[in-house]
Amino acid sequence: MSSGSWLKSLVAISTATVTGVANAVQPMNMPAGVTDISGKVFDMHMIALWLCVAIGVVVFLAMFYSILMHRKSRGVKAATFHESTTVEAVWTIIPFIILVALAVPATNTLIKMEDSSNYDLTVKITGYQWLWHYEYVDQGVDFYSVLSTPRSQVKNQEQKSENYLLEVDKELVLPVGKKVRFLITSNDVIHAWWVPELAVKKDAVPGFINEAWTKINEPGIYRGQCAELCGRDHGFMPVVVRAVEQEEFSQWMAQNAKQENGKELASLIQ
Amino acid sequence: MSTVAADDHQESPYSISRWLFTTNHKDIGTLYLWFSFVMFIIGGVMALIIRTELFEPGLQFVDPQFFNSMTTMHAIMMIFGVVMPAFTGLANWMIPLMVGATDMALPRMNNWSFWILPFAFAMMLSTLFMDGGGPAGGWTLYPPLTLQTGDALPFVILAIHFMGLSSIMGAINVIATILNMRAPGMTLMKMPLFVWTWLITAYLLIAVMPVLAGAVTMLLTDKFFGTSFFNAAGGGDPVLFQHIFWFFGHPEVYILILPSFGVISSIIPTFARKPLFGYASMVYATGSIAFLSFIVWAHHMFTVGMPLAGELFFMFATMLIAVPTGVKVFNWIATMWQGAMTFETPMLFALGFIVMFTIGGFSGLMLALAPVDFQYHDTYFVVAHFHYVLVPGSIFAIIAAVYYWLPKWCGNMYSEGLGKLHFWLSTIFVNVTFFPMHFVGLAGMPRRIPDYALQFSDFNALATVGAFGFGFAQLIFLYAVIQAIRGGKKASNRVWENSIGLEWSLTSPPPYHSFTTPPNLTDDWNWFTHEPLQAKKTRS
Repeated sequence: MSSGSWLKSLVAISTATVTGVANAVQPMNMPAGVTDISGKVFDMHMIALWLCVAIGVVVFLAMFYSILMHRKSRGVKAATFHESTTVEAVWTIIPFIILVALAVPATNTLIKMEDSSNYDLTVKITGYQWLWHYEYVDQGVDFYSVLSTPRSQVKNQEQKSENYLLEVDKELVLPVGKKVRFLITSNDVIHAWWVPELAVKKDAVPGFINEAWTKINEPGIYRGQCAELCGRDHGFMPVVVRAVEQEEFSQWMAQNAKQENGKELASLIQ
Repeated sequence: MSTVAADDHQESPYSISRWLFTTNHKDIGTLYLWFSFVMFIIGGVMALIIRTELFEPGLQFVDPQFFNSMTTMHAIMMIFGVVMPAFTGLANWMIPLMVGATDMALPRMNNWSFWILPFAFAMMLSTLFMDGGGPAGGWTLYPPLTLQTGDALPFVILAIHFMGLSSIMGAINVIATILNMRAPGMTLMKMPLFVWTWLITAYLLIAVMPVLAGAVTMLLTDKFFGTSFFNAAGGGDPVLFQHIFWFFGHPEVYILILPSFGVISSIIPTFARKPLFGYASMVYATGSIAFLSFIVWAHHMFTVGMPLAGELFFMFATMLIAVPTGVKVFNWIATMWQGAMTFETPMLFALGFIVMFTIGGFSGLMLALAPVDFQYHDTYFVVAHFHYVLVPGSIFAIIAAVYYWLPKWCGNMYSEGLGKLHFWLSTIFVNVTFFPMHFVGLAGMPRRIPDYALQFSDFNALATVGAFGFGFAQLIFLYAVIQAIRGGKKASNRVWENSIGLEWSLTSPPPYHSFTTPPNLTDDWNWFTHEPLQAKKTRS
C-alpha cells in the first residue's frame, strides 16, 4: 500500500468517525427556532456565548502562562508590585464598554418581544395541575391538552416512543404568518408556558393575566414543557403547538367550532 | 478579676460539656465546620438520589413528589446547612486570629447561635417523615404551590426562622468583633480581605435575613390565619412573594460567595509569594457587589410578567455586576503574575476556584440578558450556572480554606498526596457533573423534573456518573482531615513559606485564648512580613 492510500483511508475513517459521533450526539444548543424573534434571541445567545469564550481564552491564557512561567521550581524570584491605578482603570473600563455593546442589541430585542400590539388572533392559555387549557377567544373554541404518553412507558413497562413526554392528546393549532397573542393565566398554582422553538416562556399566575405573542414562519410541530415547578406532575404537562397554513387552520377551526356548537345544542336539548 | 491562667479553661476534647457550653471561638468554629460537613453528607446523599432518578428516562426509583422534596431539601441543606455554617465556622476560627483579638466579641451568643442549628436542621429533616412529606415546592417556597405542603409547612417555617436567628446572631458577632477588637494600628484598610469580605457579608445577612423571615411568616398567616398576602382571590399577589423572596435571595447569593473571595485573596498571595494586587480595589469591588446585590433581585423573575422598564432596569443592573467581579478575577491573576508560585493543595483549590467560578460568571452574564433569559430561565442551564458558582466556587473555597488553615488549627500537616488526589478527582468530576447540564438546558430540559424526554438522556447519564464520582471523592477529604488531626508532620508557626497575617505569628495550634495581649501593629510594622521595620520611617 502506498503512503497516499494510507492517508486516504485514514481520512475516510476519521471522517466516518466524526460524522458518526456527530449523528449520535444529542442536541446541545438552543434551537434557532421558527420565528423572527427566536432567531434574534438565538443570535444574541451565540454572540454572548462567543464573547464569553473570547474573554475566557484571554483571561485563562494569562493565568496559565503565569502558572507555567512564574513558578518557583523554575527558579524565578517573585516581583513585589501590588497596585497600578492605570491597569486597574483599564480593566474596569474595558468590561464596561463590552457590556454596553451587549446591552444595545439585547434592549432592542426585548422591546420587540414586549410589543404584542396589532395581533391577528388571541389564544387564552390556562395552566392547571397538570394540563393546559386553550381557548380561541374570538372563535369560541376551547379544549384541554393532556399528556398522551401512556403510564406504562413512564413506568418502563413498555418501549418509550419517539416523543416520550412531549406528546399531547390535542395540540394547540396555530396559523403560520399570523401574529398570535397569548393571554396566559392559571387556575391553581404558578405554571410557565414554554415552547423553545418560539422563544416564548411566560409564567401562568393565578389571578393575573400575562401577555406574550408569536408569529410562526414555518409549518411544523413544536414541543415544549411547563417550566415552573407546579407540583407532583410538573414534568408531565407538555406543550405541543402545530403550526399550519392559514387555509388548513380555517378548516380546522370550522370543524372545531361545529363540534362546539353541536355540544352546545346537545346540552340545550338535555 | 480572675487571676486563673487562661489555658486552665480548656477541657478534654472528649468531654461533652466542653462542646455544649463552650464560649471559645475555636471550639465553636470547629463545631460549625463539623456540622457543615455532616450536612454536606446529608445534602449530598439527597443530590445522589436526584441524580440516580435522572440517570435514565422513566421513573425508576422514587415518586415524583418525593423527588420534588429532594430537590427542595437538597437546596435548603446545602445553602443554609453547609455553605453558611462553614463560612461562619471559618469566621469564628480566623477573625479573632486575623485581627489580633482574644476571642469573638460576644462569646455566649456565639455558643447559642451555633447550638440553635442542630435543632433547626433536625426539625427541617423531620418534615420528610411527616404526613404529606417534606416541603416539595422548591427552596424558593413560591406560593400557591408551597401552601399545598402537608403537615410539614409550619415546621419548615419555624426551622427557617431558627436558621435566620442563628445567622443574624453570627453576623452581629462578626461585626462587633471586627469593629471593636482589632489590634491597635490595624486600621480598616489594613484588615486582611477575609475580614473585609466577612464584614460586608455580615451586613448583608443582617439586612436580608429578616426579609426572609417576613416572607415565610406571611406564608404562615396565609395558610393558617386567613390572610391573603399572596392569594389573588383575596386581593393579594403570588408574585409579591417572589419579589420579597428574591430581595432576600439575591444578597443571599453574595452571602454565599463573598467570604470565598476573602479566602482566595488570602491563599493566592501566599503561594505566589507576592502581595495581593489591588488591595483597595478588592475592598471597593466587594462593597460594589454588595450594593448591587440589592437592586438586581428581579432578574430571577424575568418571565413573571414585568413591565418593559422593569425588565430593562434589572437587566442593566445585573450586567453591571460583571465589572467588580471581573476586577476581582483580574486582581487575582495579577497577583500570580511574575510571582514564584508553588502548588500545594490550598493553591490548587484556589486556582480551580478562579477558573470554574469565572465559567459560572460567564453563564451569569448570559443569563442577565433578559431576552435570552426567557429561553434559559428555569432550565438546566440555570442549574449548571449556579452549581458552577456554588460547588467549584463556594465549596472549593471552603475546602481550600480548610487545607490552608488546618495545619494552624491542629498543629499537624495534612497529607499533600491525599490533598492533591482530592483536588484532581473533585475537579474532574465536578465538571463531568455540571458541564453537560449547560447542554441539556440549552436543548430545552426544564429544571425540577423527575423524568425527561429521550434527547436529554446521554448528558444526564454522564452527569449522574460525575455526581457519584464527586461525592465519593469527598471521603478522601474526610480521611485527610482526620489523619491530620490525629497526627502527622508538625506544622511551624508560619506553616507556609510566605504566609502573611497575624494568625501565622501564633503557635500551631494557637493558644486557647489566641492573643491575650494585643500585638503591636503601629506604623513601624511591616505589613507584608509581619515584622517590625528595622529603620523607622521618617515623615515630613
